[in-house]
Amino acid sequence: MPSLIDLMLEGRKIRQHNPWPRVVVDAHLWNVAANELARGRWSLLGLWGEPTTVHMAIIDRDAMEIVVVSVDCPDRVYPSVSKHHPPALRLERAVNDLFGLSAQGLPDTRSWLDHNRWGVRFPLGDRIDALTKAAPYRFLPVEGDGLHQIAVGPVHAGIIEPGHFRFAASGETVVRLEQRLGYTHKGIEGLMRGASVERAAQLAGRASGDSTVAYAYAFSKAAEAALQLVVPDRAVWLRALLAELERLANHLGDIGAICNDASFGLMQAHCNVLREDVLRAANIAFGHRLMRDVIVPGGIGRDLDEKGRAAIRAVLDKVHARFPALIELYDNTASLQDRTVGTGIVTAALAKQYAAGGYVGRASGRAFDARRVPGYPPYNDLRFEVPVLVEGDVNARVWIRIREVEQSLALTNQILDRLPRGPVRVLVGSEAGPREGMALVEGFRGDIMVWLRLDGDRVDRCHLRDPSWFQWPLLEAAIEDNIVADFPLCNKSFNCSYSGHDL
Amino acid sequence: MRKLLFQGFFRPPLTEQGPDADEAAVEELAAAFQRAARRRLGRSLSIREVDAGSCNACELEIHALNNAYYDVERFGIRFVASPRHADVLMITGPVTKNMREAVERTYDAMPNPKWVVAVGDCARDGGCFAGSYAVVGGASQVVPVDLHIPGCPPPPATILRGLLSLLDRTAKSVTST
Repeated sequence: MPSLIDLMLEGRKIRQHNPWPRVVVDAHLWNVAANELARGRWSLLGLWGEPTTVHMAIIDRDAMEIVVVSVDCPDRVYPSVSKHHPPALRLERAVNDLFGLSAQGLPDTRSWLDHNRWGVRFPLGDRIDALTKAAPYRFLPVEGDGLHQIAVGPVHAGIIEPGHFRFAASGETVVRLEQRLGYTHKGIEGLMRGASVERAAQLAGRASGDSTVAYAYAFSKAAEAALQLVVPDRAVWLRALLAELERLANHLGDIGAICNDASFGLMQAHCNVLREDVLRAANIAFGHRLMRDVIVPGGIGRDLDEKGRAAIRAVLDKVHARFPALIELYDNTASLQDRTVGTGIVTAALAKQYAAGGYVGRASGRAFDARRVPGYPPYNDLRFEVPVLVEGDVNARVWIRIREVEQSLALTNQILDRLPRGPVRVLVGSEAGPREGMALVEGFRGDIMVWLRLDGDRVDRCHLRDPSWFQWPLLEAAIEDNIVADFPLCNKSFNCSYSGHDL
Repeated sequence: MRKLLFQGFFRPPLTEQGPDADEAAVEELAAAFQRAARRRLGRSLSIREVDAGSCNACELEIHALNNAYYDVERFGIRFVASPRHADVLMITGPVTKNMREAVERTYDAMPNPKWVVAVGDCARDGGCFAGSYAVVGGASQVVPVDLHIPGCPPPPATILRGLLSLLDRTAKSVTST
């Protein structure tokens, strides 16, 4: 049984790739890696393309190692990973859409992000003119007596992001859900190519608005890893403060929204007041309600003053005082429990296979949290627990979020107690020659991965991998055999990002 | 639950006073509202929101309009599920090429008279995504826009100010006709 280290020793190691190694392998070793992923010893962290190369990031949780393996494909073909390991499927379809690199043996060759509306094909590879006529997107066939289809989206009834859901239902029961995404594809990775580090950081912070802090955090860490830049202590701690405030605000809003989708509006009214309080404190402390563009490569753009500190303390006290009554309300309302318990179950096996991050994974027994493994400062100096449940239903995902609210409250207080003094930013210089870096940061939704290559003061290539890539497919599985009316509830309990996925 | 509801009777309301209408927005709207047919609208607006490719930050702030602090429904403003019920199409995001047709069809599905409000810097001109192969660039490239509310994202108070100017304008033209 090969270990990640064996794989590394056999490949050609790339210099200037930090903090984890990258190796170029041949097709044979690439297949070995794909097979090990399928066996479940390793997990897939991401798969992305370049004009003539495909990369995949792999984590071995037992050994706590991360490796990027790359395969050169001058002939525009490479061996499919999803042939062995289905979680790579949509990633390989996206690589084909953007770069024109085709995975040999790919089980599903339909385009994914490309809806034949861009006017070009393979916009990040060797561009060619778009097809003259758009082929209709063929949804997977569903056969059986009395089955009917329900088409939803891309424009949904609520104030949410666009995407298409195709349900095949037998009466009220969902037999199959098939998602079609890509509607919010903005070409972020294309815009990043050749951009300055500052502009690329701003774009990263706009990949998914609810995770703007986490994305800026991950991008900055990747750039700093590439440049071997050490960020001042105070900035390291303030970044964690920002990340926990973002987590707090999102969990509070979503706990309320999930209950609202079970027609329990009271919970949402109260949760949204607390969310608003957190955003207002963030605005006082950092000058922006969602704390956008505060984390920048080299540190943070705005220091915390006494007024901001007091505002955060006050809101933490308020949430601490008010939240227990809301937990009690959730726990003791039978009509609400009736909707959430046993609904939308994700099995532990699927969560593990897809390496589902965040509350989706942790509600189904996958105890992964990037703050712990691989871990990053200042979290190794902080006390916190990673809540894990095994039921995998909507209720479990709500409870993980409730527990994470409590953990974030505690973390934020610890950070404020121990915040070091000093500068908050160092100048980001440029180094000659290509330098590569990557980072894994725990956003509220799960682990966000950023990989980039800098060349001088420009970004040569940057890839952002949202946790939603490995959560969206599980939603398809979770809704099976549930009733159509429970879909909004299941969907909200996942709250995957459309924009972060589509980029 | 009863305890929480009961406390609501004794706590002062969280809802804050509404902001004044945005002067700049009123000016922008003046042109749009020269046209008649306001009478049917009264002091109420039904809004159909369409995310045309935003990063979802604008959606978060639009959502916040419904929380107890802003309580947008007291102004007669509400968000509806269908374009058939809507007076206003609210668009966020840089309008991706993949969303262009959906935006056009939503607009076409709305009854007259109708207005379009573009929320956020992206909906004005594509914002930081302008120039991408996948982006049309600004809502006005696709449908006629009556009001822009700038920001990245605009805070709820700013969005509310913009919408109130829409209502103000409507009310004034009703009394003057």
